Amino acid sequence: MDLTTTYLGMKLKNPIVPSASPMSRTVGNVKLMEDYGASAVVLYSIFEEQIRHETKELYHYLTYHAESYAEATSYFPEPHEYHTGPDEYLEHIRKLKQSVNIPIIGSINGVTEGGWIEYAKQIEQAGADALELNVYYIPTDPNLSSDDIEQTYLDIVKDVRNQVKIPIAVKLSPFFTSIPNIAKRLDNIGVNGLVLFNRFYQPDINLDMLNVEPGVVLSTSDSLRLPLRWIAILHKKVKADLAATTGVHTSEDVLKLIMAGANVTMMCSALLRYGPRKIREVLTGVQQWMVEHEYSTLSEMRGSMSHQSVADPSSFERANYMKALQTYM
Amino acid sequence: MSINENRSARKQVTIDGNEAAAYVAHKTNEVIAIYPITPSSNMGEWCDQWSAEGRKNIWGTVPIVTEMQSEGGAAGAVHGALQTGSLTTTFTASQGLLLMIPNMFKIAGELTSTVFHVSARAIAAQALSIFGDHSDVMATRSTGWGMLCSHNVQEVMDFALIAQAATLEGRVPILHFFDGFRTSHEVMKIEQLSDDDIRAMIDDELVAAHRRRALTPDNPVIRGTAQNPDVYFQGRETVNPFYEKMPEVVQKWMDTFATIVGRQYKLFDYFGAPDAERIVVLMGSGSEAVHETVEALMEKGEKIGVIKVHLYRPFSRQHLINALPASTKAIAVLDRTKEPGTSGEPLYLDVVAAINEYFADGNTKFASLPRIIGGRYGLASKEFTPAMAKAVFDELKKEKPKNHFTVGIIDDVSHTSLDVDYSFSTEKEDVFRGLFYGLGADGTVGANKNSIKIIGEETPYYGQGYFVYDSKKSGTTTVSHLRFGPRPIRSSYLITKANFVACHQWQFLEKMDMLSSLIDGGTFLINSPFGPDRVWDNLPRSVQETIIKKKLNLYVIDGTAVAQKTGMGGRVNTVMQTCFFAISGVLPKDQAIEAIKKSIKKTYGRKGEDIVKMNYAAVDATIDNLHKVDYPEKVTSTVDLRPPVPNHAPAFIKEVTGKIIAGEGDLIPVSAMPADGTYPVGTTKWEKRNIALEIPVWDAEWCIQCGKCALVCPHASIRIKVYDNALLADAPPTFKHMQYKGNEYKGQAYTIQVAPEDCTGCGLCVEVCPAKNKKETKYKALNMMPQPPLREQEAKNWDFFLTLPDVDRKTVAVNTIKGSQFLQPLFEFSGACTGCGETPYVKLVSQLFGDRAVIANATGCSSIYGGNLPTTPWTKNNEGRGPAWSNSLFEDNAEFGLGFRLSIDKQHEQARELLLRLIPQIGEELVNELLSSPQTNEEEIFYQRERVTRLKEALQKHPNNADARRLLEVADYLVQKSVWIMGGDGWAYDIGFGGLDHVLASGANVNILVLDTEVYSNTGGQMSKATPRGAVAKFAASGKPVGKKDLGLIAMSYGNVYVAQVAMGANDLHTVKAFLEAEAYNGPSLIIAYSHCIAHGINIRYGMDAQKKAVESGYWPLYRYNPQLAAEGKNPFQLDSKPPKIKFEEYAYNEIRYKMLTKMAPEKAKKLLREAQEDIAKKWRFYEHLAALNYAPPVQHTITNGH
Repeated sequence: MDLTTTYLGMKLKNPIVPSASPMSRTVGNVKLMEDYGASAVVLYSIFEEQIRHETKELYHYLTYHAESYAEATSYFPEPHEYHTGPDEYLEHIRKLKQSVNIPIIGSINGVTEGGWIEYAKQIEQAGADALELNVYYIPTDPNLSSDDIEQTYLDIVKDVRNQVKIPIAVKLSPFFTSIPNIAKRLDNIGVNGLVLFNRFYQPDINLDMLNVEPGVVLSTSDSLRLPLRWIAILHKKVKADLAATTGVHTSEDVLKLIMAGANVTMMCSALLRYGPRKIREVLTGVQQWMVEHEYSTLSEMRGSMSHQSVADPSSFERANYMKALQTYM
Repeated sequence: MSINENRSARKQVTIDGNEAAAYVAHKTNEVIAIYPITPSSNMGEWCDQWSAEGRKNIWGTVPIVTEMQSEGGAAGAVHGALQTGSLTTTFTASQGLLLMIPNMFKIAGELTSTVFHVSARAIAAQALSIFGDHSDVMATRSTGWGMLCSHNVQEVMDFALIAQAATLEGRVPILHFFDGFRTSHEVMKIEQLSDDDIRAMIDDELVAAHRRRALTPDNPVIRGTAQNPDVYFQGRETVNPFYEKMPEVVQKWMDTFATIVGRQYKLFDYFGAPDAERIVVLMGSGSEAVHETVEALMEKGEKIGVIKVHLYRPFSRQHLINALPASTKAIAVLDRTKEPGTSGEPLYLDVVAAINEYFADGNTKFASLPRIIGGRYGLASKEFTPAMAKAVFDELKKEKPKNHFTVGIIDDVSHTSLDVDYSFSTEKEDVFRGLFYGLGADGTVGANKNSIKIIGEETPYYGQGYFVYDSKKSGTTTVSHLRFGPRPIRSSYLITKANFVACHQWQFLEKMDMLSSLIDGGTFLINSPFGPDRVWDNLPRSVQETIIKKKLNLYVIDGTAVAQKTGMGGRVNTVMQTCFFAISGVLPKDQAIEAIKKSIKKTYGRKGEDIVKMNYAAVDATIDNLHKVDYPEKVTSTVDLRPPVPNHAPAFIKEVTGKIIAGEGDLIPVSAMPADGTYPVGTTKWEKRNIALEIPVWDAEWCIQCGKCALVCPHASIRIKVYDNALLADAPPTFKHMQYKGNEYKGQAYTIQVAPEDCTGCGLCVEVCPAKNKKETKYKALNMMPQPPLREQEAKNWDFFLTLPDVDRKTVAVNTIKGSQFLQPLFEFSGACTGCGETPYVKLVSQLFGDRAVIANATGCSSIYGGNLPTTPWTKNNEGRGPAWSNSLFEDNAEFGLGFRLSIDKQHEQARELLLRLIPQIGEELVNELLSSPQTNEEEIFYQRERVTRLKEALQKHPNNADARRLLEVADYLVQKSVWIMGGDGWAYDIGFGGLDHVLASGANVNILVLDTEVYSNTGGQMSKATPRGAVAKFAASGKPVGKKDLGLIAMSYGNVYVAQVAMGANDLHTVKAFLEAEAYNGPSLIIAYSHCIAHGINIRYGMDAQKKAVESGYWPLYRYNPQLAAEGKNPFQLDSKPPKIKFEEYAYNEIRYKMLTKMAPEKAKKLLREAQEDIAKKWRFYEHLAALNYAPPVQHTITNGH
């Protein structure tokens, strides 16, 4: 049974890649994921704003009350060693490269142009096999057009592309007027992979406290339908590899996404909920299904149910409501 | 030999005296045991930092640095380490040095080689002072230690080494001292001794000899015996040869030092005319000012000189005589200490004895016996200037000079003071003299230290920096005094003739006179929100007048805007530093900017590239925004400086307090000062500091009248009253009110009012306010708004609010938050930090029990914000009652408070005895009522007070009855008094723990409040035994490896101590209940109160939230242990908080004290975090078991004997 696939120019033993999550914070966890069959791992993201914030925060509190009062010209010992910026992250990559055999994909999350390139280069130097860029921007300014925002994304990605040699993937949000268009433009820049989609923190309202409480809701298999559609539509329309993330919980989910055209299927919520052993369970399920349905390689089925390959492409094109209406008519 | 003459290839460094001493101490010792005390703390901190960095001493090993629980403990550890052969040192000052005295006798008695480095400081007498004089070192004269005095920062480094070399040879231990703050904190460019210099001065054979004297089981001896009358005396006399030899030993090492380093010192350094007739003898930094004076007056032909004493003990009479010119006719000996009742201060007596003995022995160096007078100067860092030195020389000219004089003050009581011509100055024109007025929080001092370093490194100039801070912890004003010049700078006094003044905060212009010390044609730089076109009209009148009169060069920059734009926030330091370089011309502009940037890179490089870039941006944006102002030749302004206190203030406030506030404290004569350290209470209300940029504004529409805002206010500047609606008739138009919502005061009006000029703008009240504006949830019933436009209006409202009557205490439900906040705070507007976590608890005590409380306060933050002049926060109510407060020491506070209790109990007992004796005069009914009426609540206490009033009336009818007269004296003790013992964790867990433990065990009815910030906050965040595992603190730079002491559990082990652990931010009602129960308990009570602190590295606005998280994580369980419950057969221990619901990390990593370890030592941080989480689990399980214990009486079993 050949489960191999390629992603970002790397040959992977199977399509299960844990996506960026706190699971990858320890070497032990990553080893465990490898042992249970993960073919590569996307590390947790470093957040550019967070790193900048922490650096400034530390500076602020170490200096804020210093030199203000005769008896206490400072309130903290002067640290003789500082690990500012992504030092800890880079060290983590170095340790992982010594400890596991599967490819390690670094992940950066940010909004401004400055930090990306610096961190991308450092991640490359630390030994990461590839890089996932997570452009995360919630527009609130009505004067900012989608063109402006898309151009910012493209500029950032282009800069990173020009500065690092390792393959890069871009993790997209589903909120584009034309996903194929932005995908194509990213493709033209030389992006090696597209990860569909970013699962955002969603705000909630606490009725008792009248607070907004951001939080993440773990996905279920139902969430799969969004990437499924767009992977099916993008398959063969872009050169970049396609990674499906969000809603990958079962072997059926994996099979569906591969058939839609995904190179890899990324798991997160299921691993957070059931632990890394879930990878083995899903892989076993995929293999069993393939045996039962007489598939010998994964590549046979890849894209077999894509927009281009299905009998009725319009099934990917219409919203349910319209379809229902048509049926009624 | 003058300082810095030998400018060889040795490294030039710009450092302060503490660092200079620590540098040599760390290089030449193996064990360092310390305890923090101002102004010496930094020496220990430097050593700790260097050892943490792995810096080695000259023998290639990293010295062990250990923080002890007190200076007594440090001295003990030092003694032990010395006895077992290690080269050992410590650093201390003031009361700390006094605590070392017992060990110092031992160390000297055993002829042990060691050097203690002391930044000499005043001793607490009528008041505490953190500032410099020789009172502490003079108190150790009889210990048998050598005493070597450094007069400037270079000497501190040099003498630290000379002392070490000499003690190893001479075996007399040496106390190396220098003036606290003036030298310990003065930043100077000096030459740093190299390792080779140090090695050349330390004789390894002498070190080996020291080791050979060690106690070791391999060659055992006994030391520390007890001796009887037959031999003790002889034993004590054995050491004489060592003392006789010691001066020569020290001089020998001074000479050796000169051959190695080039600077030659003498035991008594003389400077002056070879044929001088008038000589001043003194030691310490003041000798530099006298040196400067001698230099200036010699140019005018005066025959004068100065003896600068270095080796004070052993006092070598011969060396002194040798140093004095034969032409000497009159000598003034200046002592920086006071010994009341003595025939003269110590140095004076030593000089008198030396010269008299010299004459008595028939020696003839001098034509006649010189006249010798003695005087005091410079106590507690009182300025000592060339003008004062000249006054002393002038006095010596007189036929009958004043003896036992003082100089630098106006003594109109004993008339000891000399007249001083303050216009006399020795400042040289080629020396740059700059004054920089800043706020603590704006980084001015740090930037100025940096500027001195830049100039020190980039130019051949010598530099000096001295920094003056006010005594408030919030809105602190700092004044930096900077000198740069082509020669070594000896000016050991503040700048009074500046050629550059910078005002870094616009609001200072209306508060203080910054221009009186600026010379004609000088430069004035202002950070102003008004541009070059508008600044003039916005300056106060008197400032305009001075600018015109002195023809000043006026520069302006909106530094705050530049700082904001470049991400620097409120820190204008880099911007104003750049302006200084751009204007002053100390360096060419481009070179200066390059140097600033280089220095930024050096200072902040390790802290992250973003910080460097941010500072670079601030530098780059500065020049374009800096403008020279062309001002008209006429005064246009209508505003002027505000008076320091209002005109209707009481006389003492105007004549004393107001002058201190205005910076004119030096002019207050002796007669105006209380003789015994007793001051009126309630003075903070006169000092309107106006430091808040924003203040809370009440929106009554949404208020639910919970009272939480007033409870958490650290400065008592938000208050609540409920009152008759009719009183609103006289209210100012903008005064707000609403109708009271509860039943108890139904039909009355309710107001929450802010004191706009006293509020510090912390925002704690807004954060705890639970009432959101339902239409726009970003607003609450309290919202922060800019203060300036509200100031006048709200000040009027505040004044009106104060005229409204306080709620009748008898009617108040004190056991509720709402009720407790109707009680008048008798602790208000303290100088505590903005958002302080301690003061809300202190204020609560004052509200609940203040009218009957006596408070013993341990030295620390609470004694400083509670008792530092000019104004103090403890106050009294309209009936004239309020907390009586005092601070004894740091280490004895529990005992001090117990003393209060014993005394009050005794007087109470005497009152009761006298009552019984006076039944015929008073009447049985009143006596019985007085003796038996309960006093468990406000109402009962009120009626007891009424009875005492009736009693006094009755007693006054019997003026001839001695018992009646005596009862009148003690009658007030028939109303119960509440004794409170307060202090921080440094006191309770460490230095005062022995006493605290004893007082807990005494069973006495005292209430102990531990304001637990988990570090020594007042001295700058040193670790205490309350510091939690994993937190970074000074002396725990790698995170504290062990857990916090469970003080509550220790107290509970007595069984008869009420113990509560509280956190107001987590459960305010629990706090109020615990305070009430503790006070009501007739026995010792201990309350451990979580106090968030700036030393935690948190946004103080969310301090109460930090407390909540501490409790939610289980780190800080809330509990009460009430022995009364045990007496009722119930479990006395009640666990009052819920089981942990968030991880420790979620609490801890909101605080820099924990989080910084993840940046310094990530792996260690993970380990300690894990262990801290385990601690919580274990402790919680233990407490749960404790709370579940069955205290029901055991079932009685019938015991039979088998027959």
